[in-house]
Order: sequence, then C-alpha cells, then structure tokens
Amino acid sequence: MSNKDIKKATQHVNQNEGLIFERSSPGKKGYRLAPLDVPEVDYKKALGAAARPDLGNMPEVSEMEIIRHFTRLSTWNYAIDLGMYPLGSCTMKYNARVNEVVARFPGLANAHPYQPAEVSQGAMRVMKTLSECLLDITGMDAITLQPAAGAHGEMTGILLIHACLKSRGNPRKKILIPDSAHGTNPATAAICGYAVENLKSNSRGMVDVSALAAQMNEDVAGLMLTNPNTLGIFEQEIDKIAAILHEKGGLLYMDGANMNALVGKTRPGDFGVDVMHLNLHKTFSTPHGGGGPGSGPVACKKMLEPFLPKPVIVERADGTLAFDYDRPQSVGRVRMFYGNYGMHVRALAYTLANGPDGLRQTTEDAVLNANYIRKKLEGDYHLPYQSPSMHEVVFSDSIQEQKGVKTGDIAKRLIDYGFHPYTVSFPLVVHGAIMIEPTESESLEELDLLVDAMKAIAREAEEDPEFVKNAPHNTRVKRLDETAAARKPVLRWKPAAAKSAGE
Amino acid sequence: MRYLPKSPADRAQMLREIGCKSIDDLFAPIPAEYRLNRDLKVPRQMAESEIIDYFHECANKNAADYALFLGAGAYHHYRPVVIDAMVSRGEFLTSYTPYQAEIAQGTLQAIFEFQTMVCELTGMEVANASMYDGSTGAAEAMLMAVRITGRTAAVVARSVHPEYREVMHTYTQHQGLPIAECGYLENGRVDMADLEKKITADTACVLIQSPNFFGTIEDVAAVADLVHKKGALLIVSIAEALSLGIVKPPVEADIVSMEAQSFGVPLGYGGPYAGVMATKEKFVRQIPGRLVGETKDKDGKRGFVLTLSTREQHIRREKATSNICTNQALIATMATIYLTIYGREGLKELAAQNLAKAAYAASAFAKAGKVLFAGAPRFNEFVVQTKDDPHTINKRLLEKKMIGGFPLGWHYPELGNAQLWCCTELNSKEQIDAAVQAVGQ
Repeated sequence: MSNKDIKKATQHVNQNEGLIFERSSPGKKGYRLAPLDVPEVDYKKALGAAARPDLGNMPEVSEMEIIRHFTRLSTWNYAIDLGMYPLGSCTMKYNARVNEVVARFPGLANAHPYQPAEVSQGAMRVMKTLSECLLDITGMDAITLQPAAGAHGEMTGILLIHACLKSRGNPRKKILIPDSAHGTNPATAAICGYAVENLKSNSRGMVDVSALAAQMNEDVAGLMLTNPNTLGIFEQEIDKIAAILHEKGGLLYMDGANMNALVGKTRPGDFGVDVMHLNLHKTFSTPHGGGGPGSGPVACKKMLEPFLPKPVIVERADGTLAFDYDRPQSVGRVRMFYGNYGMHVRALAYTLANGPDGLRQTTEDAVLNANYIRKKLEGDYHLPYQSPSMHEVVFSDSIQEQKGVKTGDIAKRLIDYGFHPYTVSFPLVVHGAIMIEPTESESLEELDLLVDAMKAIAREAEEDPEFVKNAPHNTRVKRLDETAAARKPVLRWKPAAAKSAGE
Repeated sequence: MRYLPKSPADRAQMLREIGCKSIDDLFAPIPAEYRLNRDLKVPRQMAESEIIDYFHECANKNAADYALFLGAGAYHHYRPVVIDAMVSRGEFLTSYTPYQAEIAQGTLQAIFEFQTMVCELTGMEVANASMYDGSTGAAEAMLMAVRITGRTAAVVARSVHPEYREVMHTYTQHQGLPIAECGYLENGRVDMADLEKKITADTACVLIQSPNFFGTIEDVAAVADLVHKKGALLIVSIAEALSLGIVKPPVEADIVSMEAQSFGVPLGYGGPYAGVMATKEKFVRQIPGRLVGETKDKDGKRGFVLTLSTREQHIRREKATSNICTNQALIATMATIYLTIYGREGLKELAAQNLAKAAYAASAFAKAGKVLFAGAPRFNEFVVQTKDDPHTINKRLLEKKMIGGFPLGWHYPELGNAQLWCCTELNSKEQIDAAVQAVGQ
C-alpha cells in the first residue's frame, strides 16, 4: 500500500517544539509592567503568613519564544479552516471572522457584568435581539441564554420540567431516553435527581411508539429526544410521541444538537416540543476552540417560563432593557452572570449574516451534502438504517470488519488522506458506527475528495487490512498508547530532578 | 449567501445524482403540517459592513472608557496582545475537542501545559482541562466531595460569592445535599466557632473562598485543620486567580476550584470564562471533565491524549462523574498564554502592584467612609461603609465617567451602606483620588 491515492494532503516539514517549561530559564521575560504610581507595599509584610514564597516552576520565556511556541503547537492541529471536519453530531461549520471582530469591540469585550444597566443597554440589546431570533427559529415562547454549553442547557431544561411538574403536585421519578441518545442526556437526568429508563428504537431507527406508549405512565416526567436523532433520521411520528407524553402529563424535551437540519424548515415548538436547548457552537457557528467555549440557550413554552433561571431580560415601557431578578418560581441560577455572552454576540452576527433566506439555504445545503455522501458511499460501506437521512448519515464498518478493519482504523486512515475523521463508534445502537456530518460549509469538490478517500480506504481494507490498521502513517506522531496513558496517568510536567526522585 | 460554497449548478447536479427532483424531496420526512412555509422572523441578510455597523452601535451604547472599580468575580486586568494573536489562529479557534490525538497535538499539549501551570499555582497535584466557570466548578467540586466521602451534606461560607452560592444551590437541589451556611467575623474571615458548630458527621465538605467575596484572605490552614478533624474535605474556591502571584496557595485543601478569567480573559459582560478544578492525585478518578495525559506513540515519541475517560458521560452515561462535555478549551489556552507571558516573576510583580493599588485606595477611602474587615490581609478588593446609599454614590460617579464599587446591601443587608471596591494595575492614582473625592462629596 502507498499514498498514491491521497489527493487532498501532502506531508511537509513542521517544527518540533518541547513543553514551554523546557524553554524556561531564569531572567528571561515576556512582559514589562508600567511603573507603579502609588507607594510600593512590601507584600510579604502585608500578607504575613499568607505570603507566597515563590512561583515554583512557572515558565520564564521571552515574547519571541512565546509566539513561536504557540504558533508551532497550532500547526499540529487539524481545523475547519484547513478542510472538512465531518464529525457527526458536532456540526463543524465555518466560523465567520466577522463574528470574532465584533465580539472584540471594546464596548462589548470590556463590559463588566455588574456595570449599571444605563451603561449596558447595547450589551443587553444583543441578548434581547438574539433571544427574539432564537424564539422564532424554535417556535417557542420564552428563553434563557444562561447555560454555558449543550449539557448545561439539558440540565437547565430538565430542572424546568422538574419545577413545573412539582408545581402541579408531583415532580415524578423517571426520564425516558432513547438508546441512540448522547451520553450527556442520561448524565443530565441523573444530576437532576431522575432515574433513567432506556427507550428502544425500532427497525427504522426511530422511537418505537408502541414501546413508548407501554412505558409511559404517571412516574415519567418526560422524554429527552434528539430530533433528527443521532442516526440523522427525523422522528416522523413526532406528533404521536408528543401526544403520548402529554396525555399522561409528561413533557417533551428536545436535545437541539441536530438543529442544523431544521432551521427555517420546521420548528420544534410547532411539532410538540415543550422545552429544548440549542448549541450555539454547533448550529450558530460560534467556534469550538479545541473543545469550548460553547453556549446552550434553553427555549420553552409559556407554561415553563416562570421557572427559567434568573435573571431574565425584560423590556421596560420606555424601551430600556433590564434584568429581572424577582422570579419566585425560578429554578435558580445555573451559572454566574448571564452566560457565555461572547458567544451570544457571535451567534447574532451569524444570524444577521444569513437572514431568513440564508438560514433556510444553510439547512438545505447541510441536508443536501449529507445525502450526497450517503448516495456516493452506499455499497462501499454498510448502511444499517434505510430511513431517509437529514443532516448526517450513519454507516457501519460491518463490510470492512470481515477483514478485521474497524471504524476506528478507517478513521485513522482518513487522517492520512487529509481529513478529520467522522464520529467513531457513536451512536451506540450501531455496531462500528461511522457517523458523517459534512455541514453546509463544504463545496462539491471537498465532498468528492472525501468520497474518493473513503472509497480508497474501503479498497485498502480489502487488499491490505494491516496497513489500514496501523494508520495513520503520515502524521507527526503515530497511534498513541492510550492504555498506558490511563494505567499510569501523567497529567502534568515535572522537572527532571523531581521526576527521577519520584520514580 | 456568502458562507456557502456552492453554485446553483452544483446544487442541481447533486440533486440529480441523489435522484431527487427538488430539495423539498429531502425534507419529505418532516410531516407536511409541521413544515414552515414562511420566512423566519429574523432581520434580513446583512453585508459584513452592516454587521460591523450594527455591533458598533450596540458597543457604543455601553460604557467603554470609564474608570472601573468593579471586581466581585470579574476582574479587569491588562491583556497582552499576544493572546488574541495566538488564539485567533484558525488551528486553535476552529478545531474541536481533541478526540483524534494525532491531529490535535497542539491543543493537547497546550492543555497539558495549562494543567501543569494550574498545579504549580494552586499547589495541587492534578488539574483538569477546564470547567464552564468558577461558579459551576465550585458546584461540581461539592458533588465530587460527596462521591469521595459518601457523606451527604455541605457547609458553605457566607463570604463566598453570592452567585456561586446560588449556582451551588441549583446544582445540589435534587441531590439530597443540604447546604449549611457559616458566618464571618469582624475581620472578614470565616467564623471558626460557627463553622465547628455547622459541621456534622454528615458533612462531606466545607467550601470557602480565598480571597473571599470581601477581598479578605482566609487562614486556609486553620480551616483545613478543623475540617479534616471532622473527616470532611475542604474545597477552596478562588475567584481572583491573580492573587496566587503573591498569596500562599491553598495546599491544605482537598479540592481547589478556581475561576481563571483574571488570566487574560476579557470581562466580556460575564463570559465566556474558564473554571479550573485541581485536586490531590488520590482523588483523580472522581474529578469531572476532560483530562490530558502524556504518553508515547508506537515509535516511542512523546505525545498527549485525552485520558481516564471512563469517568465521563459518553462512556458512563447516568453513572458519570458529571454531565459536562464541552468545556472552555480556548479560554484555558488564553490563560496558558497569559501565564506564559507573565511567568514566574511577572505574576508576582503584577500581583504585588494590585495589592499596592488596593492598599493605597483603601487608605484613601478611609477618609470618605469606614473600611471594613481591617484585621486580616486582603488582595485587591476591600469593603467601604458610607453614610450615603451606594446606589446614590454610584450615580454620582457615573456622571464623572466612573463605575463605582459593587453595592453589597442586597446580598449582605447586615453590612448597611457598604460597597465592594476593586483596584487593579489598570486603576491609576488619579482615578482612585477622583473616586474617593466623589464618594466623600
């Protein structure tokens, strides 16, 4: 086997770089402070026993070295700016640069969360306008921007359900969660004090409505549903699902992770959802930044509004905005201040850049791209569910597994081809899952390159499985020993002397 | 739409190859009655120049060049330009959680460096890759202490940030975890006699903040002694992380939960910030969130991976240590760069400047009001009691383009007309003198 089929990427020299601590030596400086304009204070005297003797192994390096260090590190990362990042369920779409520029305007970036409302009207207006946009997009009545990420939004939503049901007399005991759900869903239900009951999907990859009807009773507080689900399939019997829940007094929560398939085409509030979160770092293009920050606004129906986290933003009769803390039924705060505000700014910039027509086109292109990949790879890879795909498609490795090549191996080989891999081994309902979400941000050329790469890997798996199983071959580090990392965790750097003393 | 890389011909070709007549065919799975047949009610599509204008207008309605005396959990420090130059690189900005280690070594090494720096600063042995912020981190630290001890109650000092306490209450309300409150003394520190009374055999942890909400530095060693004698864990929350440049780290604590915003993260009207959790090595399997570990590739070359993920939600589901998935990686990278720039000497000098500014300001404010909690050391915040209502004072300051201290009356009615003032390296002597004059009017 060779790299002859690789079209998208070429290996090139990149720089080696040690840990910043290994560059450090006493007396180097990357800063200079302005002179102090008040009398100096001997801090050791002022603090007494609370004074710190020294700062241990914190680095001492010059500004030039800092630039080189972090620039070199950055070149070892794959990123959306380099190419397609088809990580299913993560919606790795283009992060527009204008978002970054406006979020850094001094009036927004330097605003203190406790500065008086009369000098914060612009900052609050951004939150209010974004809220109004998100309410129409979701078809909901009320919203909080406070949750810091998707899982945090889930927690907020389930707390709302708990509070609402409690106000009706009984918060109930259980939350139903489909077997295809994100791991955050059951973990969230547990934090909110609910037991988790698994809900099986049917042969079409959707919620088994008769199973739901059988499991639904007065102990069930609600159902956490992802729609489209993690198989990329729209729950076609959504009205029945909602009706079964509502009939027995339960509420329908929607995990909005896959909202990129729906914006401008349909609204969860219209098809029976009572409360849901959005991932601004997925659908609304705020950058993932290597794992965060995110932002997870929660939108809900009128009946849940009294329970929203406080404060909520309100518009006074004179048109000014204010925070309302007087919310006696509120579930409380889920985070200090008002959430990941910088992400609210970026998400609004994205919405304004799109407008209603752009948002609709975005959704259509995202669904078009996923279906194009499905069509092109069907046959080379096994498609476990025949139901139509929305914004992502889930294959399995069952054809390649006959040669011992698994989804994780195919993913690693895809790296050699110049792509970030798809999502590996999720959802759990598909053995050896290959979950591909291209998003709307990919051109036809880039999609064809992925299709070619996946087909080439399928051939390689057939002809030389060992080669695929040892991928990646072209990266600066080869497959890393994760077992050793977990067995004897090394979670921080230590100076050589301390290391050898400890061993 | 300018972000979408497709021509009408591309779309037509793709539909043809899929075997669809129109794009609507692909949306057929959505029941007809739920399809949206109108435009969304969002503003019309804007040009980039219009977006810039729109946000300029918003930004200009806010205070921009005001002198700022607010701290209270969000601190204004100078941000070296290198930080944004580095985190604006697309490879840091537009990558995801480093699941595929071979093409994410940049993020992974940066987080490993972050974890190391947090350990050095806090005196703990291990640190995670970040939490959402200091408030949620503190709540998660409590839940962690419950898992470790098997006990089911907690004590939190009243001198902990009021919003942190609210978040802790939200997180624990369905965990059967009653939280008792412990008062403070005349010098602003934890009331040890009250604490001793509040700790019971059920107490999993005691959570204090240092410097606390009044800016007072706690006697962590003494609190730890008492807490440990009762078999509970001590959690120390730090909201003003820069204090660690000159304040002894809380090595006696079992868990340290810190807000890293002071390390080069913009105030940004309250977020995004980054929480940090650090603890002893023996508790590592109970820590929530991502951890980066060092390992080797098959050629023996050093590399970094996400590790110990069997604690996490995607593996353990409802039995996970937390539901956290997305964290604050880019903000942690900002903090790492900031800590690299100032480093071993700079953090000390900068922290010493903060202490000097606040010391000068506190002595100046003593002419305009009564400085409370004088009997214990403080860092860059202090409380002043005045004759006038703090809101009246702040209105007076606002007219002079100054944003005054945080009024404490709502959360601490027992302190009367009191305000929490903060002075950092960015508050000039002139600003401080002008503020004192306006307060004393």
